[in-house]
Amino acid sequence: MNVLGIHIAIELIQIVVAVVVFLAFIGVNVLILVLMERKVAGRFQRRPGPFEVGPHGSLQTLADAVKMMAKELHTPGGADKILFWAAPIITFAPVVVCFMPVPFGPKYLTGWEMNLGVVLILAFSGLGVFGICLAGWSSNNKYSLIGAARAVAQSVAYEIPLLLSVLAVAFQVGSLNLSVITAGQGSWPWQWNVVVQPLSFFIFFVSTLGETNRAPFDLPEAESELTAGFHTEYSGMGFGVFFMAEYAAMVVVCSVGTILFLGGWNGPLVNGPWWFLAKVYGLLFVMMWLRWTFPRVRFDQLLNINWKWLTPLALLNLLVVALMVKLV
Amino acid sequence: MNPEQAFRNLAGDFYTRSLQPGPTENTLILNMGPQHPSTHGVLRIVLELDGEYILRADPVLGYIHRMHEKMGEVKTFAQYLPNMGRVDYLHALAWNWAYVGAVEKLCGVEVSERAEYLRVVTSEMNRISSHFVWWGAYLLDLGAFTPIMYAFDDREWLLDLLQIVTGSRLTYCYFRFGGVSDDVTPEFVEGTLKWCEHMRERLPMYKALVTDNVILRNRCEEIGPIDLDMARRYGATGPVLRGSGVAYDVRRAEPYSVYDRFQFEIPVGTGAGDAMDRYLVRLAEIEQSLNIIEQALKTLPEGPHMHEKAPKRLKAPKGETYFAVEGARGKIGVHLLSDGGKNPYRVKLRAPGFSNLSLFAELVRGVLLADAVSILGSLDMVIPEIDR
Repeated sequence: MNVLGIHIAIELIQIVVAVVVFLAFIGVNVLILVLMERKVAGRFQRRPGPFEVGPHGSLQTLADAVKMMAKELHTPGGADKILFWAAPIITFAPVVVCFMPVPFGPKYLTGWEMNLGVVLILAFSGLGVFGICLAGWSSNNKYSLIGAARAVAQSVAYEIPLLLSVLAVAFQVGSLNLSVITAGQGSWPWQWNVVVQPLSFFIFFVSTLGETNRAPFDLPEAESELTAGFHTEYSGMGFGVFFMAEYAAMVVVCSVGTILFLGGWNGPLVNGPWWFLAKVYGLLFVMMWLRWTFPRVRFDQLLNINWKWLTPLALLNLLVVALMVKLV
Repeated sequence: MNPEQAFRNLAGDFYTRSLQPGPTENTLILNMGPQHPSTHGVLRIVLELDGEYILRADPVLGYIHRMHEKMGEVKTFAQYLPNMGRVDYLHALAWNWAYVGAVEKLCGVEVSERAEYLRVVTSEMNRISSHFVWWGAYLLDLGAFTPIMYAFDDREWLLDLLQIVTGSRLTYCYFRFGGVSDDVTPEFVEGTLKWCEHMRERLPMYKALVTDNVILRNRCEEIGPIDLDMARRYGATGPVLRGSGVAYDVRRAEPYSVYDRFQFEIPVGTGAGDAMDRYLVRLAEIEQSLNIIEQALKTLPEGPHMHEKAPKRLKAPKGETYFAVEGARGKIGVHLLSDGGKNPYRVKLRAPGFSNLSLFAELVRGVLLADAVSILGSLDMVIPEIDR
């Protein structure tokens, strides 16, 4: 055994442990988030939200998860069986990998320290749409197909301003390592990147709504038009995995937003993962707020917002940032 | 033939298959409904799509046909009354009124003055509740989930009030030949006036939060424009016609009951007769209805709620009559033919929704799927009324 072999073995064990931990993290967070979403929606709509299972309905999502797992997995007639069941997994798996380079705390709380963390997240978050596309195509359902077509066009479009806004921060910091980007920001809000680059943050946040198919950009699953879009035909955990992937993707993009713009685990008084989680949940709340407030945009309007406004704005923003980095 | 192939060949029914041959080969036949979240009940639309653009649309009716007109021929005049609440469940009292009015006109029954006022009050309240359901459901179609809860919250109060006088919450059967079934209580009068005040506070909030939203404006403006000629050709009435700029309202054009005693405006659309115009007309109508309710309750005359000479047993003479009222969706007409027997010989119901829906096929040609949902919502369909 040489030293390199031991290093690789340690690295692999570390990755396996991290993936298991992240799966648990996603599971717990999805349970909390679904409850939070329903409670937030309830408060927005003059009703208490789920209230029957457990104190204040706190066990409602657990009950829903049990129900979902107990349901029959039904494959529609004429569906491509292998692709149909591979699609939810293909959507969900990349999201887990996205958590790898995320620094949750100052020390030891990073799955895998790497220099190209931002690139890894952008690459794997782009894979999710592949599963959605397969789901829509293999379902043998016209609504699913239209939903999938929308999802592809939307993801491709919104990835560009997302990438450009992330690049603007990378230019400023001079690194693609998320830990370095976090460490470059101070404890107090005026030391965070959002103060330096508010426009980048705005572009980033709007693009993430499009990227994660959240309202008002939830066109791939627009229920008033496409019944349920790409997951119309999925039952039980087939739908459950899509659902988990959507919420996990929300956590990922909000984590990235927190790291890039809101100082990550930096915070007043004592730095630590609690600040990170608080900021992530703050961003998630804003996402829910938008969902329960706005109507849905139309598909051509959605693409117009992106190609006519966000992308040129992001390009201009990047240009200005690059110029400032060179000058200062 | 393998099973998969067999499955594909069986797909579709008469309607989808008969629409199959399109102008080009790259089209998709999409079956919207009868179980679809935004066809409001059991309307079915067969669409031919090119991408997301609609080439042709074909509404398929009859999924909730209950033979109301035929039922009229086998029931006595009084027995047929409860059917009216089921024709259009959202504005049941207008249908009550149309039928009761037709019978009263045919038989020469007089109505007590207090009953006329109560009819106006309850019917206008019912119109508001109908518009609230439309408002919430339309925004739900556009992807806004929250407004419907606010609309239903206000409507709940309204239904509680109507329950005091009519005894029911949705399918009312309150009007009688010669009056109304029950007199109102002071609690009802006070509660309704209080509710009107509450609504005047809420409506500006809805305008600020929902109507002025830029996404909503973009989803409604210049969507589904109906010009005057088109509205006439299809016989559109109600807010759909008024949205196109015609101030035609049966309450003003052919005043029935005591509507000529109240001050109210007929809101009309100012733009191109698009979905936004129809939306604004309906919201303005809620305010006008509030005006009418307040005026009627403040000048409510004393007296019996049934006319003294109202017949215990109705004897209809031989003859024919037509009576029209303004419903939430447009002109509701009842054409009654009697041969002197105890049953009507023939009842023809003129449902405004049927004429308004016939606009749909022409309106959606060439628009996006999402716009079709917006147009359908803006026409305010109640499918049981269309199928009867």
